[in-house]
Amino acid sequence: MQKKSTFKTFLGEIPQNLFSGFVVSLIALPLGLGLALASGAPPISGIIAAIVGGIVVSLIGGSNVTITGPGNGLVVVILSAITILGDGDVYQGYLFTLAAIVISGILLILLGFLRMGALGDFFPASAIQGMLAAIGIGIFAKQIHVMLGNLDAKGSIIELLIQVPEGIINFIKTDNLSMFYAGLIGVFSLLIMVFYSKIRNRYFQLIPAPMWIVVLSVGLYSYFDMFSSTAYPIHKDLLIDLPSDVLGSFAFPDFGKITQFDFISAVISITLIASIESLLSIKAVDKLDHLKRRSNVNKDIRALGLATVISGFLGGLNVVTVIARSSVNVNNKGSNRSANFFHALFLVAFILLFATELRKIPLSALAAILVFTGYKLASPENIKKVFSIGSEQLIIFLATLLVTIATSLIYGILVGIIITFVIHVIINKDIFLFIKNILKPNVLMFTEDEKYYVSVKNFSSFLNYTKLKSKLDQIPETEEAIVDFSLCDFVDHSVMENMNNYTEIFERKGGHFEVIGLDDSKSGSEHPFALRKILPKQRIPKEGVLTKRQKSIQKISEEMRYSYDAFSDLKIEELPSFGYFKTRKVDKISNVLTKNDCSIFDVQFSEGEMIAKQVIKATMFHIQTKKKLPKFTLDKEGVFEYLLHFAGYKDIDINEHPDFNRRFYLSGKSEEKIRAFFTDELILFFESNKQYHIEATNTGLLILSNERLASVKEIKALAYFGASLQKIIEKC
Amino acid sequence: MQKIHKILIGIAFSPNLEPNLFEAIRIANMFNAELIGVHVGKKNARKEESLAKILEQADALNTPLKTIWQEGEPVDVILKTTVDEHIDLLILGALKKEKLLKYYVGSIARKITRKATCSILLLIKPSIIRQFCKHIVVNGLKDDKTEETIKTSVLFAKHLLCKKMTIVEEISQSELQVKVNDDKSLRKSTILKERLKNREDQRVKNILKDISYDDISIKTQSIFGTRGYSIGHYAKVKRADLLVMNAPNKVGILDRIFPHDIEYILSELPTDVLIVK
Repeated sequence: MQKKSTFKTFLGEIPQNLFSGFVVSLIALPLGLGLALASGAPPISGIIAAIVGGIVVSLIGGSNVTITGPGNGLVVVILSAITILGDGDVYQGYLFTLAAIVISGILLILLGFLRMGALGDFFPASAIQGMLAAIGIGIFAKQIHVMLGNLDAKGSIIELLIQVPEGIINFIKTDNLSMFYAGLIGVFSLLIMVFYSKIRNRYFQLIPAPMWIVVLSVGLYSYFDMFSSTAYPIHKDLLIDLPSDVLGSFAFPDFGKITQFDFISAVISITLIASIESLLSIKAVDKLDHLKRRSNVNKDIRALGLATVISGFLGGLNVVTVIARSSVNVNNKGSNRSANFFHALFLVAFILLFATELRKIPLSALAAILVFTGYKLASPENIKKVFSIGSEQLIIFLATLLVTIATSLIYGILVGIIITFVIHVIINKDIFLFIKNILKPNVLMFTEDEKYYVSVKNFSSFLNYTKLKSKLDQIPETEEAIVDFSLCDFVDHSVMENMNNYTEIFERKGGHFEVIGLDDSKSGSEHPFALRKILPKQRIPKEGVLTKRQKSIQKISEEMRYSYDAFSDLKIEELPSFGYFKTRKVDKISNVLTKNDCSIFDVQFSEGEMIAKQVIKATMFHIQTKKKLPKFTLDKEGVFEYLLHFAGYKDIDINEHPDFNRRFYLSGKSEEKIRAFFTDELILFFESNKQYHIEATNTGLLILSNERLASVKEIKALAYFGASLQKIIEKC
Repeated sequence: MQKIHKILIGIAFSPNLEPNLFEAIRIANMFNAELIGVHVGKKNARKEESLAKILEQADALNTPLKTIWQEGEPVDVILKTTVDEHIDLLILGALKKEKLLKYYVGSIARKITRKATCSILLLIKPSIIRQFCKHIVVNGLKDDKTEETIKTSVLFAKHLLCKKMTIVEEISQSELQVKVNDDKSLRKSTILKERLKNREDQRVKNILKDISYDDISIKTQSIFGTRGYSIGHYAKVKRADLLVMNAPNKVGILDRIFPHDIEYILSELPTDVLIVK
């Protein structure tokens, strides 16, 4: 039955996917042409990649609403591969690069089968950011010259950037009419790209910005063609060159250089970028999916690999998952993989029906689209964002960026990894923490009270993140999960960012994901992704940056009208008089919530002395009662952990409450007073609520559940329980 | 094991001797067993005197301490003594890393642990004053030795007056044949996990069926993780007072380079550890 209904939904959703695929193809067409041109490959190669990608990945892929095709990230890599492998002969270089693309496709398939498709998980987040920014700068540097009508600008990325002012002056002063008009169209196209999102007109927004550029430039050509007396001012060299017979002219890869170092390094770069770009896009698109499905990353990587192999053999570029086109797909209500398929079909139709029209598009117009994408990848806002996470992240980011621009992508990412590691070592002043523990399985997961509890030991950084990830991926996002870092000395930015992602995903799917155990840690900045180093015990941060847990506690404290002090130096005089603390020494109290004689707090205490000393942190609730209470402890029947403090006292049975007697273990010195104290109302309250461990002295009550820090949700429950209990006790 | 008549403790004149000895005496008394101390080295008056001094302050032993003085290689001497004296339980003290709150087993103790033919109790927190044992964590691996180990744990729990015991079933990732890729495989794996958990619970229950454990509350807990390592992590998280493990089957040179099972525990003791032979 399930099957049939899915099929029905599929059929029912075909119209909306058809439409969505159409809109996406409107973007994919100019982008495909532009990306191919920017890569130094024939323009058709980008369209081939989009068509093959759309068909293959929609049939065998593992994601739902993603769109596949040629990607931004690969432009720089493929351009350099074509230049280096071609040795001056661009077309020959292109054929060699096709071979590299085919091999990288095979590598991707293998990675997919080895379940290592998510290469990005092995790299520090800031290094990846730096690398992407470098790619953006690379695209920008090259394309801004093309946009201004100059195809001849050559040199390294840095040289090209230096030439930019000169290029602008040349553009303004030029007497070459063809170049001037091409440049004019380029600048105008860029303006469309920049201001498109700001023009909130429904009809204008019907056609995506890149397509506006195509429509307008084709229209301009037609104007000159049909109405104007003067000829079209832009020279043929500055227009797109499509083969006259689209179907009969596929390029075939040349495997002649397969053993050479340059070839191998090109393969590695292409594979690396293809994997990282696809993974980032798949993850991002999953967050957009209306139906909240989880993509099968490795299956998708395999499909992308196969699509890349086929595309390479047909003379096309790499196939990757692309974020911009995928988000357009989601925005246009694309709901399953058929949208990707239809987008490919529309592209086939365009290229077969409108090849003549497409030849009228000036290169500068396409370059403008790429200048805009390049700028977005490397925008100053991104740099600001990285800096807000912490200055050390900026160092990693900039180092990766500069090295990538100056040398190559592989060196860039290597430098990024090394610098990240060195910074981690410096922050911790301890290299052995990493060396000794890197191979240890440091993650423990088990379920407890229907909750998933994950404890992480030693350190957690990009080096061993996959261990944590493989555990977390096994938790259904509709459940409740608690990740405890209190046994961790160090948690890095990449992990913090990923924890944040998990929180979002769980929230979206109705579950709950919470990180605990970082409240005692030190961080460099306010940002929730900032790395955290656990401080040595006993040192109390007087003020500091609140962790996410602390912020959430602060938030609920406002909701529940408690006053909150994260770094309180509060001393609860009564605490040591509780039986529980008879053998335990209170070290410090933090994260204190207070209201009407009630307080909830995290307490750090130690058991044993000298070498036997163990430090424990737990969340507790304390009530200062107005009336005198009999001393007692109340526990779940069968929990014997706490009983030793009252050894010698028997379970006190309350008459006429057999259920209570069966479920609870109540003990204390003066049985009579306790019996009198436990009124029917109080017993009913205990019976109908979660069972906590409760202790009473003459003037106060102490409530705790597990001997660990509570999650925010648990704090809420505890607060509610405590407040209700207080009400009942003060009443009777 | 299941019977403890003779307990051996190594006597090295270190600052830890006093708590180690106090603890050993207490344990010996709880089991009503004979305590034997072995010192590897020469017998002299000074050593005898300091030993006597400690014994004076400790609880009185039910059966008097028998001290063996013998020179030689510590590992060999201790191993030989366990065999000669028909020792049931060997008590070793662990070392604590400077500054770090981590304990590990010294090289001598480690060698002994690997080769010994009797059960071994590794103490990380011997104490002069008695600390109550409140929670025992036992491995529930699918292994022939597990039944014996659980029986021994119950015996310990009874003698140490411990009321809470958790039997941990470590289920390795490879047993969970479904890899989580997407929603569908996640559902499958969640169901499979539940099934594995029930199967393991059932297995442990079958073992428990024949054991009388009176008022000790025994729970089972499945954890998914690397064998040997995760149980230590669990004991640490749950702050167990004693971790009971099966003895390793056979330890080759490769196992030391790529540590597993017990070797993990030895390199980072989460709590007191009892290895049952």
